[in-house]
Amino acid sequence: MSIDMLVNLLAKGLWQTVYMVFVSGLIGTAIGLPIGVFLATSGKGELFAAPGWNRVIGLIVNATRSTPFIILVVAIIPFTRIIAGTSIGTRAAIVPLTIATIPFVARLIEGAIREVDKGLVEAARAMGATPLQIVTKVLLAEAMPSIALGITLTIVSLIGYSAMVGAVGGGGLGDLGIRYGYQRFMPEVMLAVVVVLIVLVQAVQSAGDALARRFDKRNRKS
Amino acid sequence: MANESALPETDPMLVFEGVTKEFPATHKGENGFKALNGVDYTVPRGTITGIIGRSGAGKSTLVRLVNGLEKPTNGRVLVDGTDVTKLSGGSLRTLRRSVGMIFQHFNLLSSRTVFDNVAMPLEIAGMPAKAIKAKIEPLIDMVGLSDKLDRYPAELSGGQKQRVGIARALATDPKLLLSDEATSALDPETTQHILDLLKTINRELGLTVLLITHEMEVVKTATSRVAVMDGGKIVESGRTFDVFLRPQHATTQTLLASMPGTGLPDWIKRKVKDSPAPGDDALVRLTFFGDTADQPLVARLTKELGLDVRIMSGTVDEIAGDPFGNLVIAYSAEPGVMEQARAFFAKTGLVAEEVGYVD
Ligand SMILES: Nc1ncnc2c1ncn2[C@@H]1O[C@H](COP(=O)(O)OP(=O)(O)OP(=O)(O)O)[C@@H](O)[C@H]1O
Ligand SMILES: [Mg+2]
Repeated sequence: MSIDMLVNLLAKGLWQTVYMVFVSGLIGTAIGLPIGVFLATSGKGELFAAPGWNRVIGLIVNATRSTPFIILVVAIIPFTRIIAGTSIGTRAAIVPLTIATIPFVARLIEGAIREVDKGLVEAARAMGATPLQIVTKVLLAEAMPSIALGITLTIVSLIGYSAMVGAVGGGGLGDLGIRYGYQRFMPEVMLAVVVVLIVLVQAVQSAGDALARRFDKRNRKS
Repeated sequence: MANESALPETDPMLVFEGVTKEFPATHKGENGFKALNGVDYTVPRGTITGIIGRSGAGKSTLVRLVNGLEKPTNGRVLVDGTDVTKLSGGSLRTLRRSVGMIFQHFNLLSSRTVFDNVAMPLEIAGMPAKAIKAKIEPLIDMVGLSDKLDRYPAELSGGQKQRVGIARALATDPKLLLSDEATSALDPETTQHILDLLKTINRELGLTVLLITHEMEVVKTATSRVAVMDGGKIVESGRTFDVFLRPQHATTQTLLASMPGTGLPDWIKRKVKDSPAPGDDALVRLTFFGDTADQPLVARLTKELGLDVRIMSGTVDEIAGDPFGNLVIAYSAEPGVMEQARAFFAKTGLVAEEVGYVD
């Protein structure tokens, strides 16, 4: 294989991976965030107390999280066809990736919010804040450093998951590595894919860390 | 209990009427916990009123009823005439804006600067940014933090954090300020500065302050009235000066005894005897206050009764702005002499307590 061809393949795979991760990460976070907020604030005696719903949603979240990703991909093919119009290709692969992201993000957000000092909620209530203001101005604002790290972790995991959607013709770097590197025995392609993935994950992690540090005002030295 | 009706302040800012609070049991089959057991108390407008009690007495539970953070099981809580227990939703939030609160652990948002923390109550109330700035800059100036506007709480000392807390509590022009152990995490010197600030605010803004504490020292320096809590009840209340001078309830006496400057010094305690041996002296503790504070006491005892007076220990202090002294003296334990001395103390209006005997 020529260098040109290899670069072309890598560029295409990288683009597909970034596209899948970005779209499923975005939609998954958009849906997972309110679920996470709900899980963290709907326990007994909490801001939006609804212990029954809390348990039901918690169960669904756990069930989704404990289903192995590759089984999820296959199991929801009919659903994928409804949403994406097809069950094959990069667009179709976004559906299971998103479904897997939602509970992951929900639990991360829940954990981050539960770490926020209860005294701050008390102070906000004493100021006359509405429950919604407490969520946006206190819980989410104070949890931002943890949330940034959590979303970073989500993206890194998504990059890994996206390698598995080759099973439904999703494409991407992982798929490239398997088809060329493994099935056609081209170790140089495999190596190139791994290198690109390492660089990609490293870049995401560094960006996430930097973002979390910017949000974090808790340990400043003047 | 001190005579409340004789006090000039009768205009109530805050009234507790037959308030009880029972927390539900955590486990099935157990009884609930009665944190408040029938509290009737009035906080007069414009005062700094202290509530003191041991840990678990129910102090925090009581203040949390004032701004509706907690609902009483029974009774009414009137803030400036409004029954808080009847409010909910928007009307409760509106009331909360008229009641400021400061906390032991400051409860500042770590993600916000000093300015943004103080701005938060106004932001919540929907005030435009320009108006917020005009409103809070003088406040931050008043608490002495104008040079720290853009700092984050992590960059401030405890005392500075509490100043931010105070400025934040004042942002919505409250008529009542609740302070739950606001100085308990601070060293004595910083505590004094914060109490001075609260006194200034009380004086200049006419703000009523309800000060929860477990330290008598705080009550002594900052409040004009005090209520002592024990077991979910108010067991004693009145003017701070009177309560300090003539504590009636055992809880108050214990709390006072733990304060430096009251009670007997340890070295004297070790020497006190219950009955005199021949040649021993009687040990007497004199408490003087108001106009009796500046009499040439010892000189008069010596001159008028011809007593040999030994001064064992003495302190002169201030309670709620009035001078207050404590003098431990010893003189002959002969019954005749002691009788004479008693008559002298009664005539001069001194509070004298015969503590025991020393050699
Ligand atoms: N939410 C709650 N559920 C059950 N019991 C509670 C609750 N809040 C307080 N209590 C109990 O009520 C009693 C009074 O508590 P409170 O916090 O009012 O005491 P306090 O006087 O403020 O004490 P401290 O000086 O330690 O702050 C305590 O025994 C406490 O365990
Ligand atoms: Mg307390």
